[in-house]
Amino acid sequence: MSYVAIADRDHEQHMHDPQTFITKYIWSQDHKVIAIQYSLTAIAVGLVALVLSLVMRLQLGFPDTFSFISPDEYYQAITMHGMIMVIYLLTALLLGGFGNYLIPLMCGARDMVFPFMNMLSYWVYLLSVLVLCASFFVTGGPTGGGWTLYPPQVILPGTPGVGGGIVLMLLSLVLFIVAFTMGGLNYVTTVLQARCRGMTLMRMPLSVWGIFVATILGLLAFPALLVTGIMLLLDSVIGTSFFMPALLSMGEASEYDGGSPILFQHLFWFFGHPEVYIVALPAFGVISDLVATHARKNIFGYRMMVWAILAIGVISFIVWAHHMYVSGMNPYFGFFFATTTLIIAIPTALKVYNWVLTLWRGDIHLTVPMLFVIGFIFTFINGGITGLFLGNVAVDMPLSDTYFVIGHFHMVMGVSPILVIFGAIYHWYPKITGRMLNDRMGRIHFWATLFGTYAIYLPMHYLGILGLPRRYYAMGDTSFIPDSAQAMNAGISIAAFFVAAVQLIFLFNLFWSRTRGAPSGGNPWNATTLEWQTPQTPPVHGNWGPDLPVVYRWAYDYSVPGAKNDFIPQTMAPEDVPTSDDSYDGSEGAHS
Amino acid sequence: MAVALGILVLVIITVLFHFLSPWWFTPLAADWASMDLTVDLTFWVTGVVFIILNLFLVWVIVKYRHRKGVRAHYEPESHRLEWWLTVITSIGVIAMLAPGLWVWARVVDVPDDAAEVEVIGQQWHWSFRFPGEDGVLGQTDVFLMNVDNPFGMRPDDPAGRDDILISNPELHLPIGQSYKFVLRSKDVLHNFTVPQFRVKMDLVPGMTPYAWLKPTVAGRYDIMCEELCGIAHYAMRGAVVVEEQAAFEDWLATYPTYAQVLDRPPPDLAAGQAQYAVCSACHGAQGEGNEMLNAPRLAGQGGWYLRRQLENFKHGIRGGDARDSFGAQMAPMAAVLADDVAMANVVAYMESLPDSDPPDTISGDTARGEVIYRTCLSCHGAEGQGIWSQNAPRLNGINDWYLARQLENYRQGIRGSHLQDLYGKQMSLMSIMLRDEQAVRDVVAYINTL
Amino acid sequence: MSLLRKISAKPWEHAGELEGLHGAFTPGQSAGRTGLYMFLAVVTSFFLLFMVTYYTRMQFPDWEMLADPKILWANTAVLILASLALQLASNAAKKHEFSRMRNWLLAGGILTLVFIGGQWVAWEQLVASGYYARSNPANAFFYLFTGLHALHLAGGIWFMALLGFRLNQPNRREQVPSSVTLCATYWHYLLLVWLVLFTLLLRT
Repeated sequence: MSYVAIADRDHEQHMHDPQTFITKYIWSQDHKVIAIQYSLTAIAVGLVALVLSLVMRLQLGFPDTFSFISPDEYYQAITMHGMIMVIYLLTALLLGGFGNYLIPLMCGARDMVFPFMNMLSYWVYLLSVLVLCASFFVTGGPTGGGWTLYPPQVILPGTPGVGGGIVLMLLSLVLFIVAFTMGGLNYVTTVLQARCRGMTLMRMPLSVWGIFVATILGLLAFPALLVTGIMLLLDSVIGTSFFMPALLSMGEASEYDGGSPILFQHLFWFFGHPEVYIVALPAFGVISDLVATHARKNIFGYRMMVWAILAIGVISFIVWAHHMYVSGMNPYFGFFFATTTLIIAIPTALKVYNWVLTLWRGDIHLTVPMLFVIGFIFTFINGGITGLFLGNVAVDMPLSDTYFVIGHFHMVMGVSPILVIFGAIYHWYPKITGRMLNDRMGRIHFWATLFGTYAIYLPMHYLGILGLPRRYYAMGDTSFIPDSAQAMNAGISIAAFFVAAVQLIFLFNLFWSRTRGAPSGGNPWNATTLEWQTPQTPPVHGNWGPDLPVVYRWAYDYSVPGAKNDFIPQTMAPEDVPTSDDSYDGSEGAHS
Repeated sequence: MAVALGILVLVIITVLFHFLSPWWFTPLAADWASMDLTVDLTFWVTGVVFIILNLFLVWVIVKYRHRKGVRAHYEPESHRLEWWLTVITSIGVIAMLAPGLWVWARVVDVPDDAAEVEVIGQQWHWSFRFPGEDGVLGQTDVFLMNVDNPFGMRPDDPAGRDDILISNPELHLPIGQSYKFVLRSKDVLHNFTVPQFRVKMDLVPGMTPYAWLKPTVAGRYDIMCEELCGIAHYAMRGAVVVEEQAAFEDWLATYPTYAQVLDRPPPDLAAGQAQYAVCSACHGAQGEGNEMLNAPRLAGQGGWYLRRQLENFKHGIRGGDARDSFGAQMAPMAAVLADDVAMANVVAYMESLPDSDPPDTISGDTARGEVIYRTCLSCHGAEGQGIWSQNAPRLNGINDWYLARQLENYRQGIRGSHLQDLYGKQMSLMSIMLRDEQAVRDVVAYINTL
Repeated sequence: MSLLRKISAKPWEHAGELEGLHGAFTPGQSAGRTGLYMFLAVVTSFFLLFMVTYYTRMQFPDWEMLADPKILWANTAVLILASLALQLASNAAKKHEFSRMRNWLLAGGILTLVFIGGQWVAWEQLVASGYYARSNPANAFFYLFTGLHALHLAGGIWFMALLGFRLNQPNRREQVPSSVTLCATYWHYLLLVWLVLFTLLLRT
């Protein structure tokens, strides 16, 4: 709870700017540097997870070809791929990366309210990543119990990594949660306490709303993972029986007795389902800002968007057991959880409508970020719709634990947020670096990613309907799986390699444009929100000049009738807005 | 513009894929047509939304793409429109949810005339138990489970005496009779799935979840485990045979009740020794094996495993493949054992033979073999000692040339491909990881060092 | 209700108006306080989930109640005193009476250490009478609850020590009093958590 009285900060003016490389880029307390640190670490570990997914696809596509993939390694790959992608990439990147970068800039603050704790948050996160990666190098390798870490099997022989791997995984998760809590307290407090003058809650851009509510979800939901992590650790290391019932292991009755594996699942998914929205809500927010900016139109139904974020946030805590319809829990719970799950579809659907309705009658600039927005809307509609299958308990039953589930959650939680992340990077890269990302490479990246990922995940749904079970190292001979399904699996693998290769273009673009990109100026997209109004680009330490900005309007004053330009920055006082009726030129300065 | 076309193409691809793809539900074999109906209904409702929403998106992109001098319309919100959209969405949601819940109400409610069968999962096999004439399943206890009592039956519970124990991953069911599946796991989570039956449910140690269904179509269906249960999860297969009542009863009668298991007389070693005389011609007087005659060592192998192989040879489950000439030699020999008693006696005698270490004949890269064996040890044990509960035979002290030949047979589908050899099938699924002959030699060389 | 009104405002209708909007800061409420309250919400979620787990696990037949060591009563009294000391430190802080604040802080810290020591004694007594963590979940939960609670107190003491250092740094001295108030809130909260946990452990 180290804290600095932020209210005094503006008058004190001793933001003692760090000078040396170490204080500027390593032990930095600047939210922007921390954001970059978070993002680069998340992307780096995400690349590891991407490689692991390729290992899986090699095995699934060509089941008796590659001698370096044994069942142990396969299950280790799926486990680490899932865990890294969900926690260490998506959560870290969307909250630690985007949250850190955007909250102070969009709220008009100089920094997070607890900068030291913010720095600590990153370093503990890095430590958690290192501990996780260390599990690749211990005897027995990382855990192979599936990313859900279900006991009893995850801590029993017969599962890879049962000695060191699982312990390191749980320790890493505990560290991650500590890091997230330190960061999350910062994000929430900054939004609540450090907004600049005039920035009311309802004037905040939806990105901030999304990140804000997602952070609250995270703060309240991650303790559930912490509780499960601690108890599973005790079951594994000292032999308590919180989750472990009497069971036979390797031909002998173990010493465990009386515990409940279902209890673990309830706790895990009490975290796990809000986690879906911890990833989705920031993505929802960012996409809203992107669509408004590049369609030169206010977000349609801003209030509904805010309410929907809040409603989704609340309901997300009472839908968790839809992951457990066939888990053996009391089947009567199915009625309740199917109902709440389908109810949460309504605010989510409204958000989709409002994105499309924002485009409707807009002035759509088909910039690279806009392409990713459109790609996201398409994949999210698709992934959301398949969620209606799996959320509806009786429909879920034949589809549960099949490739349909894989297709669904990769579409809705893999591809969709990743498209948002890409769109956001193309959108904010100019603010971060002062240069535009290369447009041609961006377009190639978009098309290849959208079509490539769709080629991966669309067929998976149908293989799932056929009945292909997930988490199978090899299908072997069955009475119901035709050879065509195996051929399709090979095709999916080829598409996966294609998509992975295309990401190299993106990575190249990131580095290339850093020095060779076209200079962007301070506000290349003619956007209204505060981060584009900083005196310097990239913003310096402390973000603003001697005075904090003052906000006079909401974040979406695009194409306001009577105004000369098609955007009015939030910082522009009503009396300063240039008016004109006919001399309008919508395209000036915009990269379209 | 290109992006509008792109989305349009994706929509068309999706719709075409939906109607043209060869992959759809397996033909239904239980009376859960209502479940398929709700899936179809959900497809129609969401499909219409998918198409309308995306076509609207495409139209919007084309119509409202940036044109010089045209400005976006200014409209912060439209309560009426949002209200309508909420209502329509809610109606769509109710249209899917209501039938879904109605079907679920049937799923949770087991009909009174349903018979019971217990499905038992363990790493990585299925077995089954019928309640017998009293219709009540006897109590079980994990702490009583051992090689002689794999079901963990409690001897003090009278309800268990008439339970019929099916130590085989193949289950038979009579057509048209509703069955309540009581699901029990001995170790970790499993999931009982027969794709053609639609319903599936996890097996949870310490609990007995249930599912019920009425088989309606005769046939043989795969049982798949669909909850990750360790490294051989994908190999945890079984089969359900749905057949006429009479055939079912015949099948059931071949399995013993718990009382019959308890009342079995102790094996007669002397009789077993007499019968073994036939075997000793090839396998040697001490069961030490004979490479010249392609007869593996028997001494030291688990009795339960020898017994199963004898049964398999006798019933043509093993040795029937045209490419398995050595197995074909064994098949008629096993047929010499007339009945259960004879088989029990000879197996008991084989178990009593002295253990010794056969000479090594195969060399390979033991370091690489050790890496490969990491997967094997989950069933066969770190010392290759074999583990009864995984149905995994002993490997150390078995002739290495025999191991190599069997691994090759598994790899090539010579062994483990008979429909009823479900344990063998598991091994053949595991042997997928041995990509070439060198891998076989390496792992056998490593087993030699154990 | 004011939140409801806030989020039903139509932000596009009133460009420029700043009066009343600045109230978003809730004057007088510092960032530290907000941060602490959020943190307490996290800790509440953490302990609440543990208690739910405890109740659920209790329903299983292998549960055996354990005899709570009598020393827990004495420990509870010590923790109440510690909380009281912190409150007095906070009162002194509000009046900027630095030496009195320091003394009460010290007293609170020592009492808390005594509490933690007392909890350790309770552990020793349990182990001595054969209540091992792995022999019954009730025992395991006891160690878990008391351990995690003590860990939170230890974190508080660490922060308190930090404040002690700051008191000796002239340029940061003035920030200390407001932190002491937060410190007291944290202690009261942990006392409350302990009382709830203690009741739960006693009754089951």
